[in-house]
Amino acid sequence: MTDLSCKLLVIGAGPGGYVAAIRAGQLGVDTIIVDAANLGGTCLNVGCIPSKAIIHAADEFEKAQHFSKANVLGIKAGKAKIDLAKTVAWKDTIVDKLTSGVGGLLKKNKVQFVSGWASFIDGKTIEVTTDDGTTKIRAEHVCIATGSKATELPHLPFGDHIISSTEALSLQNPPENLAVVGAGYIGLELGIAFAKLGSNVTMVEMADRILPLYDNDLTKPVAKRLKDLGVEVKLGAKATGHDSDGLVVETSGGKTETIPANKILVTVGRRPLTEGWGLENLVVDMDGAHIKIDDKCMTSMSGIYAIGDVTGEPMLAHRAMAQGEMVAEIVAGETRRWDKQVIPAICFTDPEIVSAGLLPDEAKAAGHEIKTAMFPFAANGRSLSMEAADGFVRVVARADNHLVLGLQAVGKGVAELSASFGLAIEMGARLEDIAGTIHAHPTQGEALQEAALRALGHALHI
Amino acid sequence: MGEHVIKMPDIGEGVAEAELVEWDVAVGAEVREDQILASVMTDKATVEIPAPRDGKIIWLGAEIGEVIAVGAALIRLEVEGEGNVKPGEALADEPAAKAPPKTDPKPTPTTAEPPKPTAAPAAPPAAAPQRAAGEKPIASPAVRKRAMEAGIDLRRVSGSAGAGRITHDDLDAFIHAGGETSNGNSARARNDAVKEIKVVGLRRKIAEQMSRAKSRIPHITYVDEIDVSALEELRARLNKERKDGQAKLTLLPFLMRAMARAMEDQPQMNARFDDDEGVIHQYGGMHMGVAAQTDNGLVVPVVRHVESLSLRDCADELTRLAEAAKAGTATREELSGSTITITSLGAMGGIVTTPVINHPEVAIIGVNKMRVMPVWQDGEFVPRKMMNLSSSFDHRVIDGWDAAVFIQRIKGLLESPATIFIED
Repeated sequence: MTDLSCKLLVIGAGPGGYVAAIRAGQLGVDTIIVDAANLGGTCLNVGCIPSKAIIHAADEFEKAQHFSKANVLGIKAGKAKIDLAKTVAWKDTIVDKLTSGVGGLLKKNKVQFVSGWASFIDGKTIEVTTDDGTTKIRAEHVCIATGSKATELPHLPFGDHIISSTEALSLQNPPENLAVVGAGYIGLELGIAFAKLGSNVTMVEMADRILPLYDNDLTKPVAKRLKDLGVEVKLGAKATGHDSDGLVVETSGGKTETIPANKILVTVGRRPLTEGWGLENLVVDMDGAHIKIDDKCMTSMSGIYAIGDVTGEPMLAHRAMAQGEMVAEIVAGETRRWDKQVIPAICFTDPEIVSAGLLPDEAKAAGHEIKTAMFPFAANGRSLSMEAADGFVRVVARADNHLVLGLQAVGKGVAELSASFGLAIEMGARLEDIAGTIHAHPTQGEALQEAALRALGHALHI
Repeated sequence: MGEHVIKMPDIGEGVAEAELVEWDVAVGAEVREDQILASVMTDKATVEIPAPRDGKIIWLGAEIGEVIAVGAALIRLEVEGEGNVKPGEALADEPAAKAPPKTDPKPTPTTAEPPKPTAAPAAPPAAAPQRAAGEKPIASPAVRKRAMEAGIDLRRVSGSAGAGRITHDDLDAFIHAGGETSNGNSARARNDAVKEIKVVGLRRKIAEQMSRAKSRIPHITYVDEIDVSALEELRARLNKERKDGQAKLTLLPFLMRAMARAMEDQPQMNARFDDDEGVIHQYGGMHMGVAAQTDNGLVVPVVRHVESLSLRDCADELTRLAEAAKAGTATREELSGSTITITSLGAMGGIVTTPVINHPEVAIIGVNKMRVMPVWQDGEFVPRKMMNLSSSFDHRVIDGWDAAVFIQRIKGLLESPATIFIED
């Protein structure tokens, strides 16, 4: 292959990288994007999207099973069965559809895709190893969007029956016994899904509670649901290894026991992917395990940007996308700076948790005097009418000027509330703004308005 | 249940009106008999208004700074049992508080000014303050983007919407006002806040007095420097010999005694000029006002009959009056009746001041800061303790020559302090 040159080279075609490339293309920037794997990165191929497909299938299967027993809705159905291989095949069609969609968008915006493994030779030159040999690309600007990979535990190396989320999303049968190491959001999402698909699930978490990043009020409904689903949760327990029977753990009481497991799913977090692409040939400052960036996503080397998981927490696709968009605009000559107020985060557990902005404790720690109020879905008509009375919406606002600092919710389907949560905070809404916005009836969103009203001391429906 | 109306009391001495300077209670407050409800101030004194009986405040009749006629309704109390009016009864027959009847045939700027209408410019709503300095600006993404592209740092733009949020209009206003077109990286926020402070009470009296002095009196200010080395030596020795109970001597008693000596020769300095009548009253008694700073502002306690006081007497009286003025216990008599005034800022005194005459007096002596200066003496520089006197005179009745003679005489006395005490 002949050598190439471009104005912007994007390394990694995940949600950060492909958005950067599309936006650059829209702005007429001559752009090349390189990835060794499929377009779409972790998110589309082995992350957000496929996990949501499996979670959906698990929910539907559980519903069908529920209807085969006595239920309040009076629905009678036969015994449900699931062919997980078929589910996974369906999931793959969705992934294919989305990744080829990304390919179409890149083409439409005149972005050149080079399939291969990129490695820096120097700050302006990248070598790409493709099926047809190697190609050198010279670029004025480079955007590093290499993403992250599942963290591996030294005593539980991936392979065979020790799996990461990637393999879990392509299992052809639900394992009879599944041990999940790490009760963060990825472990819980998949653990709950496999419990619904019929696995005996045991979760092992070193901290003394699930989802340690959230407060108790938010995680309690999830803990309750885990119990109902028969998921055993071992808190304060440490996975120390494995044997032929399953996962060896040291319990909070100091005892060593073996949890029977056909598969051990390790979800202890993700690490920035900083190896194998020539980082050592650059003079880029690091901040711990991730690349250090400024408010323009520029690294310590001029002209070299980094976005997404490789720049550290929060490792969320929507953050990477916003960063990618910004970098493209900066490369195109526009004045941009990272000034986002909020990056909402969602756990697609059962029930779902959504959080935008500051939790009450975080707001206090930041020195704010706050007002908080929650509105329970048990007092929301729509929630009751869809058997989703668990959970609440909570608002955190400054006591002095009522500026909304944080919005959280836990409950069935609350992920969609993230849109209004994010909008409220990004627009600088005060309690009065949310309280003064008509929320359609009957919807779960009314709980948001009611929470704001309650913080102002005059909730109507409680 | 009845209603009791408290009216502006007759404070006496022909006072027809008084300025409300303080509310001690708010509407809704439960009050006990004799509890202080308000303070009003006349030209002569500040008077506290107590509650005549137990009750609950249901109406307050004036804003702070308003001038209220004697007899006008001031407060309505809800009381147990019968009140002194029928509840809710209009007080139409009362003199209106807002338009006091004028009894003074010679309107002066003091009271002729009607109080500012109480419908003052609307303050921003309580729950919508401007953001404090250093706080992150709040603005929608669209506003932020526009600002960034225009090179404007939003930290410098004030926000008019709730919680100090910056709107498109705020940004437009900032740009039209010349705004910022540079790189927008400054951390210093522009502060467009305007705070309204009512000039009431003592501050208003001071303001009126200063305007009167400056608008009526053509001041001539004369400054000379005084070598106070010998005086300081004497003062230090006298302080060392001080007996228990005697006030410490500052420079002021010496100055007062020196002024008394100088005024024996120039009695025209110890006078008050009634410029309305065109008469100068020259006084035998030397009543020296000494300007003092208190928490509320400037007051001028008066040391009376300095011509008859010894140095130590002056010091004791000064100490007593200064403490009374600071504590707010000085009587009306102790704060008025001066015939000449001394003003001193002590260590803050600076090099030169332009003192404003305490109308209707004709002279004021200002004391500046003492400092060690190199002085050319007998063919060499020697360090001497030097101090300036900055003094103003009413040029209508004091000629520049006389002013200079007066200060030179005081200078001579202070530079050879023994002469202050030599009886002719």
